[in-house]
Amino acid sequence: MSDYNFAYLDEQTKRMIRRAILKGLAVPGYQVPFASREMPMPYGWGTGGVQVSAAVLVPEDVMKVIDQGADDTTNAVSIRKFFEKTAGVATTEHTRDADVIQTRHRIPEEPLREDQILVYQVPIPEPLRFLEPRETETRKMHALEEYGLMHVKLYEDISRHGAISTAYAYPVKVEGRYVMDPSPIPKFDNPKLEMAAVQLFGAGREQRIYALPPYTQVVSLDFEDFPFEASKADHACDLCGCNTSYLDEVIMDDAGGRMFVCSDTDFCRERRAAGHVGAQGAPYEEDAA
Amino acid sequence: MQVSALEGGFSDAPVQAARAFRAAMSAMARPGTIETVTDATPPAPLSVAAGVLALTLLDPETPVYLAGALDCPQVREWITFHTGAPIAGRSTCAFALGRWADLVPLPGYRIGTSSYPDRSATLIAEVDLLEPSGTTLSGPGIMGVSVLSLPETETIQANHAQFPLGVDFFLTCGDRLAGLPRSTKVEAL
Repeated sequence: MSDYNFAYLDEQTKRMIRRAILKGLAVPGYQVPFASREMPMPYGWGTGGVQVSAAVLVPEDVMKVIDQGADDTTNAVSIRKFFEKTAGVATTEHTRDADVIQTRHRIPEEPLREDQILVYQVPIPEPLRFLEPRETETRKMHALEEYGLMHVKLYEDISRHGAISTAYAYPVKVEGRYVMDPSPIPKFDNPKLEMAAVQLFGAGREQRIYALPPYTQVVSLDFEDFPFEASKADHACDLCGCNTSYLDEVIMDDAGGRMFVCSDTDFCRERRAAGHVGAQGAPYEEDAA
Repeated sequence: MQVSALEGGFSDAPVQAARAFRAAMSAMARPGTIETVTDATPPAPLSVAAGVLALTLLDPETPVYLAGALDCPQVREWITFHTGAPIAGRSTCAFALGRWADLVPLPGYRIGTSSYPDRSATLIAEVDLLEPSGTTLSGPGIMGVSVLSLPETETIQANHAQFPLGVDFFLTCGDRLAGLPRSTKVEAL
């Protein structure tokens, strides 16, 4: 038992966030303004995701937090501890065992189930923000479904680089209506946005919440002659040998040595535990770290 | 004020409201699924599910419209004591509570604006029958199609036609509730 109210936030704040979540689910892809609170961590460390998680958690939940796919980075560890302390929930590193997964910039490799909830930490929720800095204008553009500018941006990518060079935060259109920023997930993850779990997006500093109900149609923007392509490093994981997972490139020394490893640490560990060994991997041992 | 107005609320609000919201969110995210809620005993004629939704979502920032038979002293006092929500008319309310027949027709409720479609009313409608059969639903939150017993279809189709504007519904019956967002397409069998 802790001395905090359940899940840290006061009840009125949670009600306000919960109402925003419901409107977000009713209008998929539309960014609902909400009165974001100061949290005991700086903006940019997932305050939006933390507030959304606090509003949806129940005491029986098992929670998982990942940062770029990893369970063991500072951001993930501190948010996990925050909810252990303030909500008393159990936590896990296993995607399969989690009810609520808060994520920074990745979707787990393992497909999520209907009874799971994925909460994204979002830095800039407005997909048009770098094209049009005025909120009054972007709001009008969403209202009028005026998304030509985004296609111009993708076209300029092609004319400059010969391909759409946007590699993360790749814009999507939701149910043929709203253009949405899927948060800075690699475009490799975009096809997974159509999933069985509820997806909630929280942007604390920018004070926006948006949502994707299960099985919502999510289409990555592209052109007929330059179709969307979910790309990844052309390599296999050096630890587990997986050919299909999203990889991080890790610099090993000052002489150009490098290795590629699964960004999803839980996925990689599970494969190694099952006996898969990559080019630079050692046989898996429990608690080898 | 009747003493009974003080009773029937959550005994452990943070936890019970969290469980109730999870049920409400699941229902709104998956139209056609029916969730069961407990933990509140509102005064008649308010159902348990409608009472739980009121306790979970209403507060002094959300004007509430009580329609028809629900606009009675017992319900008014209970809502006011437990949530602090101001009683309002249909054109200014954030939430409306009533039997389906008393809530319709929909014109008059706030449906949001093209810039802020979220500024729309949520209608908590009491229905006599709530079961997974009858009308075919499709849209976000539904894999293929789902079915739900709806009190009528024309009003809901007209509401959906205004997307992204429109109101959103919770249908309540006893201790069960279902969600029906404006994004759901409704076709009679």
